[in-house]
Amino acid sequence: MIEQQLGRGVASWYPGATGVAGAVRLSGGASQETWSFDIVHPDGNIGAILRRAPPGYGASPTRAAGLDAEARLMQLAHDAGLPSPSVLHVLTPQDELGTGFVMARIEGETIPRKILRDEEFAQARPKLARQLGEVVAGIHGLDLTQLPYLRRMTATKEIADLDREYRSFGWPRPVFELALCWLRERDPGPSDEVTLVHGDFRHGNLIIGPDGVRAVLDWELAHIGDPMEDLGWICVNSWRFGEIDKPVGGFGTREELFAGYEAAGRRVDPARVKFWEVMGTLRWGVMCCGMMQRFRIGPEHSVERAMIGRRSSETEIDLLRLLSPRGS
Amino acid sequence: MQDEPTPEELLGAVANFLRDEIAPQISGHNAFKLRVSINALDLVTRQLRLQEGSDAAEAARLSRLLGMQGTLAELNRALADRIAKGEVDLQTPGLADHLWQTTLAKLAVDQPNYASYRRELGAKSE
Repeated sequence: MIEQQLGRGVASWYPGATGVAGAVRLSGGASQETWSFDIVHPDGNIGAILRRAPPGYGASPTRAAGLDAEARLMQLAHDAGLPSPSVLHVLTPQDELGTGFVMARIEGETIPRKILRDEEFAQARPKLARQLGEVVAGIHGLDLTQLPYLRRMTATKEIADLDREYRSFGWPRPVFELALCWLRERDPGPSDEVTLVHGDFRHGNLIIGPDGVRAVLDWELAHIGDPMEDLGWICVNSWRFGEIDKPVGGFGTREELFAGYEAAGRRVDPARVKFWEVMGTLRWGVMCCGMMQRFRIGPEHSVERAMIGRRSSETEIDLLRLLSPRGS
Repeated sequence: MQDEPTPEELLGAVANFLRDEIAPQISGHNAFKLRVSINALDLVTRQLRLQEGSDAAEAARLSRLLGMQGTLAELNRALADRIAKGEVDLQTPGLADHLWQTTLAKLAVDQPNYASYRRELGAKSE
């Protein structure tokens, strides 16, 4: 079905293409559909990925940048020499495929447990934190005047959003209340420097190869704001997958991340990074509670969402470890 | 009085059957969903075993901390309100300890293999 739809128009956006083959739906990414397929071409097939919005389905419409903006950001990152796939086509109404875009397929791994444990990535792991620092510095260096429309965020707005979302669940969580108070008291105010923020820079959205970082994906939560947010988010314990003594994604240190960032000519404010790490921990906790709501409301009632709901307590212990460490 | 086997025993038998007999025969995304489902059954088994004791201890701590009686939900709402209003904070005697005990009891049910939880348990016994 999708293969025929893609095949009908492929020659119009990929010169010389004669069709598409091998379309498979990839798992992961509940809010948007991702398909992998090959563009059939006389000079050799080209691996491609389609990302599109399924009809009537969106994660958090107020936060999502939109697929057109995602495509534009991905192409800008690619053109700036950052690890990012090139965009091959932005869907038009003639495609009859909904909204979305087609990008080049980059081979590699996104599954955290494999990246953190498999021998294949043993050489890459010690380099990753520094590399990611360099990459995220590149993202923050993209020219603001070139960007598509994106929402502007500040710490104050983010606290208010999380507060509102948490209260909408109607379920008391004293640890979240404590975190909200902690954040309000330490709100550093608007950042001196305002940049593009990826917004979801972590495992799952990074393609890793034996050589290191190959691509940054998923710009759905991109916005304009405090660049330290991305550095804090990648240090959230939920993305360490058990390797809790390596704060950057379970593979590296903050010092390595910061060194890569500063080597690329940008400055780190470690206190602000810590602030955003606490914010990010709470944010993931609130997102887990949101999964529980979606499970209950349906129509799917998926066990996976239900069980993610039960992971919000993981963020509570992490918040306590950050705000009220025992034996201190 | 309901007869034996207990709910825990029944759930355990079902989870083991799925884990040992069925899971090896399933592949692809359904294998992942089956694993999540087995995890859910294990979670419920832990909750049936632990909830009564941990709820009672939590309610007793909350009553002491807040100086009031009520259901566990009412007490938690009251504590959440007082934290939000700034009436209690981490300087309040007993609050940090209460939040730690309560959170550890949740993790014991939700995710006993979570690394932060295991680290805290280890630290306590040192």
